[in-house]
Amino acid sequence: MRYKDYYKVMGVSRDASQEDVKRAYRKLARKYHPDVSKEPDAEEKFKELQEAHEVLKDPEKRAAYDQLGADWRSGQDFRPPPDWGKGFEFSRSRSGAAAGEFSDFFSELFGEHSPFGSPRGAGRGGQRFTTPGQDHVARVEVDLEDAYRGGQRSIELRSPETTPDGHVVLKPRTLRVSIPPGVTEGQQIRLAGQGSPGFGGGPPGDLFLEVSFRRHPLFEAEGRNITMTLPVAPWEAALGETVSVPTLGGPVDMKLPAGARAGQKLRLRGRGLPGPTPGDQYVLLKIVLPPDSPRSRQIFEQMKREVPFDPRADLRR
Amino acid sequence: MSGIERILEGQMLDENVLLELPEFCACLRVEPGWVGELVAAGVIEPHGPSPDAWSFPASALARARVTVRLVEDLGVNLAGAAVILDLIEHRRELERRLSLLEQMLEG
Repeated sequence: MRYKDYYKVMGVSRDASQEDVKRAYRKLARKYHPDVSKEPDAEEKFKELQEAHEVLKDPEKRAAYDQLGADWRSGQDFRPPPDWGKGFEFSRSRSGAAAGEFSDFFSELFGEHSPFGSPRGAGRGGQRFTTPGQDHVARVEVDLEDAYRGGQRSIELRSPETTPDGHVVLKPRTLRVSIPPGVTEGQQIRLAGQGSPGFGGGPPGDLFLEVSFRRHPLFEAEGRNITMTLPVAPWEAALGETVSVPTLGGPVDMKLPAGARAGQKLRLRGRGLPGPTPGDQYVLLKIVLPPDSPRSRQIFEQMKREVPFDPRADLRR
Repeated sequence: MSGIERILEGQMLDENVLLELPEFCACLRVEPGWVGELVAAGVIEPHGPSPDAWSFPASALARARVTVRLVEDLGVNLAGAAVILDLIEHRRELERRLSLLEQMLEG
């Protein structure tokens, strides 16, 4: 496993006070919280930050971590010392929801099966305890086409597992999950029993998938409604032509109202994402001029002479 | 490929699925009192007259979960998390509109 430099992750020195650690965490958490952040690798960064904070905020864990010494470099190959955890009076702290997704370095030293993870009194007096496995929440990015038709996604999860020699490794597993047609942004899909395994015979946790949509070049989704911008020629708008409009289900013909304006919003009922009440598709008209050519110039010249029109009349009122 | 399991079908938690209070709490791994506070803060709206008859559209899970994360991860209180949640949704709406306007202006 690789050594993790928690001080480096949090951007504090090894002699930072608990107050400094807290302040650094708050500042970086605001920057990288996946619900708030626009940083490209926010999720990964936030997980690292939570892991570092989990150790450094807790004086017992921090002291134990510090005992590993200051000479380790981030990413260096690491084996925990055989007497790891000896000499510390542990109290079990509740780990954050993400603790199950921390690195193997964390899991081995501070995880559920480490001296720091055992609940106080566990294993003494023959008392058995059972705890349900942790729920996992995973974000899945879905293409709008898959949200429309349904599709499949592979999801990588890592669950801590104890090896026969007592070490904890994070075992990756891949789930292939069906994305039902009609999912919407922010929606959750529950996969019962696919979270972490339970402890002492407790039931496994659930896996919740949070759907977000990958940016689409044409379509914007809001709930089940879809909006797009449709370029039309001036004469198509003026004359009210029938034009072909792309939709998630394939192109459909739409009759423009005669004298349609740029920015006008037209509705294609039921052409949004499917559902008990299917969404609509809204089409915003964008009027584009034909490329410059002698013939188009000639026709514009003719319009200029023959069509009385002052687009700025309103500005002078 | 080895290691890939069968294709899993999940339960779609959309607005048509109603979760009763105990199940809603179980999904979030929080106590009913916490959900009561979320309701009092206006983060989610229950169906039903009183807590023992409350149920929630499953779509409320997403809002509730983000709120729980904001409170736990950032140390803000519930009222603060509710404001952040509203601002996140407002930002999303503005991004959508901006993206459409940019498409209007392009080319």
